[in-house]
Amino acid sequence: RQGKLRLQKWYTSQTDKSKKKITREIIAAVLSRKPKMSSFLEWKDLKVVYKRYASLYFCCAIEQDDNELLTLETIHRYVELLDKYFGSVCELDIIFNFEKAYFIFDEFILGGEVQETSKKSVLKAVNDQDVIQEEELEEKRSVLEDLGLA
Amino acid sequence: MKFPDLSMSNPIRLRDLIRQIRSAKTAAEERAVVQKECAYIRDSFRDEDNTWRCRNVAKLLYVSLLGYPAHFGQLECLKLIASTRFTDKRIGYLGAMLLLDERQDIHVLITNSLKNDLNHSNQYIAGLALCALGSICSPEMSRDLGGEVEKLMKSSNPYLKKKAVLCAVRIIRKVPEQFDVFQNSIRSLLSEKNHGVLLTATALIIEMCKQNSQALQIFRKLVPNLVRILKNLIMSGYSPEHDVSGISDPFLQVHLLRLMRILGRNDIEASETMNDILAQVSTNTENSKNVGNAILYETVLTIMDIKSESGLRVLAVNILGRFLLNNDKNIRYVALNTLLRVVHADHNAVQRHRATIVECLKDADVSIKRRAMELCFALINSNNIRTMITEMLTFLGTCEPEFKADCTSNMFLAMERFSPSKRWHVDQMIKVLTTAGNSVRDDIVSSLIGIISSAPDLHGYTAYQLFKIIRNDITQQPLVQVALWTLGEFGDLFVSEQYQHTDDQENIQVSEEEIVNILEKILNWSISTVITREYAINALMKLSTRFPSCSDQIQSVMTVYACNMNLELQTRAVEYTALFTKHNPIRSSIVQRMPVLVSTQTSNTNNEETTYEQEDSSSTNGISSVTQNEPVEDLFKILDEPSHTNGSNNLNSHNNIFDLLNSDDQQINTSSTPLEDILFDDNLPKSQSNNNFTSSIPSMNVIDKNGLCVTFQFEKQDQLLLIHLQATNSTQTPIKNFTFKAAVPKTFTLELLPPTSTTIPSNNTGDIRQIIKISNPNKEKLRMRIKINYSYNDSQMNDEAELNSFPQQCYN
Repeated sequence: RQGKLRLQKWYTSQTDKSKKKITREIIAAVLSRKPKMSSFLEWKDLKVVYKRYASLYFCCAIEQDDNELLTLETIHRYVELLDKYFGSVCELDIIFNFEKAYFIFDEFILGGEVQETSKKSVLKAVNDQDVIQEEELEEKRSVLEDLGLA
Repeated sequence: MKFPDLSMSNPIRLRDLIRQIRSAKTAAEERAVVQKECAYIRDSFRDEDNTWRCRNVAKLLYVSLLGYPAHFGQLECLKLIASTRFTDKRIGYLGAMLLLDERQDIHVLITNSLKNDLNHSNQYIAGLALCALGSICSPEMSRDLGGEVEKLMKSSNPYLKKKAVLCAVRIIRKVPEQFDVFQNSIRSLLSEKNHGVLLTATALIIEMCKQNSQALQIFRKLVPNLVRILKNLIMSGYSPEHDVSGISDPFLQVHLLRLMRILGRNDIEASETMNDILAQVSTNTENSKNVGNAILYETVLTIMDIKSESGLRVLAVNILGRFLLNNDKNIRYVALNTLLRVVHADHNAVQRHRATIVECLKDADVSIKRRAMELCFALINSNNIRTMITEMLTFLGTCEPEFKADCTSNMFLAMERFSPSKRWHVDQMIKVLTTAGNSVRDDIVSSLIGIISSAPDLHGYTAYQLFKIIRNDITQQPLVQVALWTLGEFGDLFVSEQYQHTDDQENIQVSEEEIVNILEKILNWSISTVITREYAINALMKLSTRFPSCSDQIQSVMTVYACNMNLELQTRAVEYTALFTKHNPIRSSIVQRMPVLVSTQTSNTNNEETTYEQEDSSSTNGISSVTQNEPVEDLFKILDEPSHTNGSNNLNSHNNIFDLLNSDDQQINTSSTPLEDILFDDNLPKSQSNNNFTSSIPSMNVIDKNGLCVTFQFEKQDQLLLIHLQATNSTQTPIKNFTFKAAVPKTFTLELLPPTSTTIPSNNTGDIRQIIKISNPNKEKLRMRIKINYSYNDSQMNDEAELNSFPQQCYN
């Protein structure tokens, strides 16, 4: 099986080539893990924490002094947020609405650190911004209609 | 405003593109779809189409996720960010974060837009800007916008505050000097109620402390505040907003614990302030789910890293012990990992969990197995050596090949340190070699040969055991090599019934021919490695004198090999053939049995001399080269005690064995006293020495100078001479760092046991005692050279002496 990337977020600057190589290596390492193994693997001088939800693997590279067990909770929190937002999220939701998945992510984690631990607050921020977008879309549509261009 | 081109239909929507791409059946088809769309998008960008820019950039971001190049969209992201529409900005900033980073120059063009947006009245726009800044800012941007971020940190809006704080984390990472800009605002952040603000503030303080020891001192004063916040979290009732499985805001708890760890490290006062809350968290946190265990884990890490009291440390180790029993393999993994880090500092506490750790050797996860293995080796001591080695042997038999080399090396080291007896040691090592097959490191062979050599009473036994094994199996090279050497040296001992093994009921009926035939078989076998064959050819040569009946057979083997394709084998064979023909008279003395290795080991350190095999083509220094992997080095670290060894490296300088004493000295300050002063008439008993035993051999004064008095008392124990050394000090000042070294001629063996201490109290109020064991199989006259070093009144003193006047009873 070959892994397909659905979302990625980098906090260090790398060339595209290097990003691809790293991604490939980590995906290969994670996909080769057997079910009985722990959710942590060592990769270079980092630790990679991964968790599988249905057909998706969520992977996080953390530093040596970061808490692996808490990272599992962080991953779980993100999945819960997606689930709440999309209503029983599935992989297709993330494929077709990848930008929204990113928007949610960016309200939960910033610069690699968790910024908000209240699910309610995160989702409120995302929803408020969605509303602004919808209002603008309405505006745009009516302008184009007026001009006979819609 | 430019009107969209009506002749073209609107650009396809994002989801339609995604559908198209996904319905492509081959990679080539997908590529075609993507390239067509990208071409369209490129045109559209060129046409400066404002209306659909947002949609086009979104599509570009999607294809970039698939791996296609999208750099031509970078400038477009900037245009979107500069737009007044929120939708544009939202996609624009996302694009910037995905497509831009510090390495691009375009990157700095965002700075202006960022500055505007950071001050925007709409919090979500400011939020977008902060998010982008926190993800990709460069040092230049950090300097330009640091002030804006600091302003936002002081905002009354927690939404902006928390984002600004995390931005600051990245900024000080990029530009550490910016620390001054931010440090003043921190304290007030900790008095906020908003969890997001508290969490991010903690992250910022952690980052600052990591960089800056000045920050450490400043923030240590905040420890009581942190304790209070954590306490409130735990004690407060159920808060649905931040609850995870009944635990209140675990993310914040862990952050606080982590910060406490950093602040409490190396600081007793701060550590004391935290003691209670750490104990409270340890005992009250619910541990049935991962979230609780995450907190317990962080707590344990903190306890172990700060200056906590021993009761708390034991509590922490016990938590780890419980983790080991947890069904969740992740928790077992972190437990083993942490135990490995603390095993040396808290050895006894970890020992209690040894049985559980041994169980983990059977785990399915390779990383868990590896850690369990390393921990096991760290826990071996003289009490548990037998059971542990048995466990490790079982493990060795079933583990993955990547473990075998490390495992055998470590087992070897452990046995060297803690073997209850030589025979057990030899038995176990043979078992290790048979189990590990060919995965053993090269130097183990030489080390084992050294051990076998140094146990003269076991020579026959060992040779026989090894013979039994290779009679049936000659595939395992390391084992075969050891066997070849042993049989070559000592094969005659068990054949000729010089060796009687008392508990072995088997009748030893092995003929000389059998042994020679096996050796020949190994030599001729194509699977044997070149090194093995070199061992074989040497062994055969030795047996030519020990088994005279086979001498002709062996000579013909040599003649055959004199034409062998391998240069080394050929050379040896040619030389050996010469020994049969031209130089036959000296053949027996050339291949004479080697002297028993002068192993001057103490029970603490591992300086096995291994330069005994002149023709040995494998590495010659056994233990010192087995330091490649982490666990082995750790063993050495514990071994760093004041060494009492004799000179260790120069056995090969056969000319003057007394060089042993000088080989590891850098500068010798020879004392000015001539030798004669040191030697005394050996019949003069010293009244101040306490005779703990009556001995018929008179004692001997070795040194009596400047108030330091060293005497030898002798005791014969079977074939050994035991010398009880006693050192006393009649001066007013204690003697410190006293070390005693001794060397004896080649035909003797000497073993120096550790002394009772290295300090001699003043005014004869105490002494140092040390035992020296000498074996003298050839019953030669005992000679010894000694050297002592010590500190006296802050100056280094040395003394040397050559002792020739031992009482006759010592060596008769």
